Amino acid sequence: MRALFKLASISKLVLIVVPFAFAVPAFAQGGGASPIAVEGPWARATPAGARTGAVYMTLANKTSASDRLTAASSDVAAEVQIHEMSVVNGIMKMRQLTDGLAIPAGGSVTLKPGGYHVMLIGLKKPLAAGETFPLTLTFEKAGNISVTVRVKAMGAMQDNKSGGMGKMEMK
Amino acid sequence: MRARRWVLTALAGVAGVAALGLYLAFMVSAQQPEQASAIGHFGGPFTLVDDSGAPVTERTLAGKPYAIYFGYTFCPDVCPTTLLDLSRWIKTLGPDADKLDYVFVTVDPERDTAATMHTYLSSFDKRIRGFTGTPEEIAEIAKEYGVYYKKIPTDDGSYVMDHSAIIYLMGADGKFVTFIRYKEDDASAVAKLRSLAEAVPSS
Repeated sequence: MRALFKLASISKLVLIVVPFAFAVPAFAQGGGASPIAVEGPWARATPAGARTGAVYMTLANKTSASDRLTAASSDVAAEVQIHEMSVVNGIMKMRQLTDGLAIPAGGSVTLKPGGYHVMLIGLKKPLAAGETFPLTLTFEKAGNISVTVRVKAMGAMQDNKSGGMGKMEMK
Repeated sequence: MRARRWVLTALAGVAGVAALGLYLAFMVSAQQPEQASAIGHFGGPFTLVDDSGAPVTERTLAGKPYAIYFGYTFCPDVCPTTLLDLSRWIKTLGPDADKLDYVFVTVDPERDTAATMHTYLSSFDKRIRGFTGTPEEIAEIAKEYGVYYKKIPTDDGSYVMDHSAIIYLMGADGKFVTFIRYKEDDASAVAKLRSLAEAVPSS
């Protein structure tokens, strides 16, 4: 009986641990132990002279308590803010999320073109496709998580929907 | 069954266009009560400078149809996306592309100087010209085109802009023809641009 129980818990453990063993090297740049997994952070290359850029990613909350992305910083920009963009009735609206971005317990939030983004303001130089740069995200509970952001082609959408002069890059 | 679905899709499309038309008419009526009856009244006289610093007016664009878009270079998402889309469509048009003019007007004249616009536009098709001016001149052209824009402060003491994100297609007579929505699919956008170009007699 006890042996059976032991076997059951081992297989349960395997079920829990194995997916993480694969997931961690692929995504969680913040480290395996991080309560928030920052998946595939990327930015779009910026036009010449552009002073702003946007960073996108998926934030997965591995804990049973909700958390909140409250701030971010990077060497590449003077100021980093969390924004929400929308196009409603042909009008583009952009709002700074001054209270941060909530990440539900056990859930995830995707920052993507046309929606949430981490906005880089006062870029020190344009972001060029193929480059990488560091970004530190600050969460209410999880604290600071540092990640490396990959710069993709200017037209990259990640969902591969709208071309981009054939320079589309998939994650 | 398939035919019915097609009809439904077509009806949905017609309803969508009608809704946008009504919305545009509403936008115009909100800003220009005297022109509330027609959306064909987009456009009008303006005095601005292009990205080389040369003065431009509505006469600069007269005699050739044009695509005109309002945005700003500080914009991290919609504007580069739209200008990149437009660049791709221009390329797809081939020789027809030269029958049209392409204009990017800033709604952020305080930050977008001619030089800033010039540098920014070097990342896109060279045929897209940038127009800027004084805040009053920009307010005037925006009013004529029924373009909404608004400064939204951010907590670092700076600001971002809300703005209309559609491309207006104007005829050689300076009259409104149609528009291209944000993220409109390539085939539809190119068809509209080509139809605008084909209205121009080949020399």
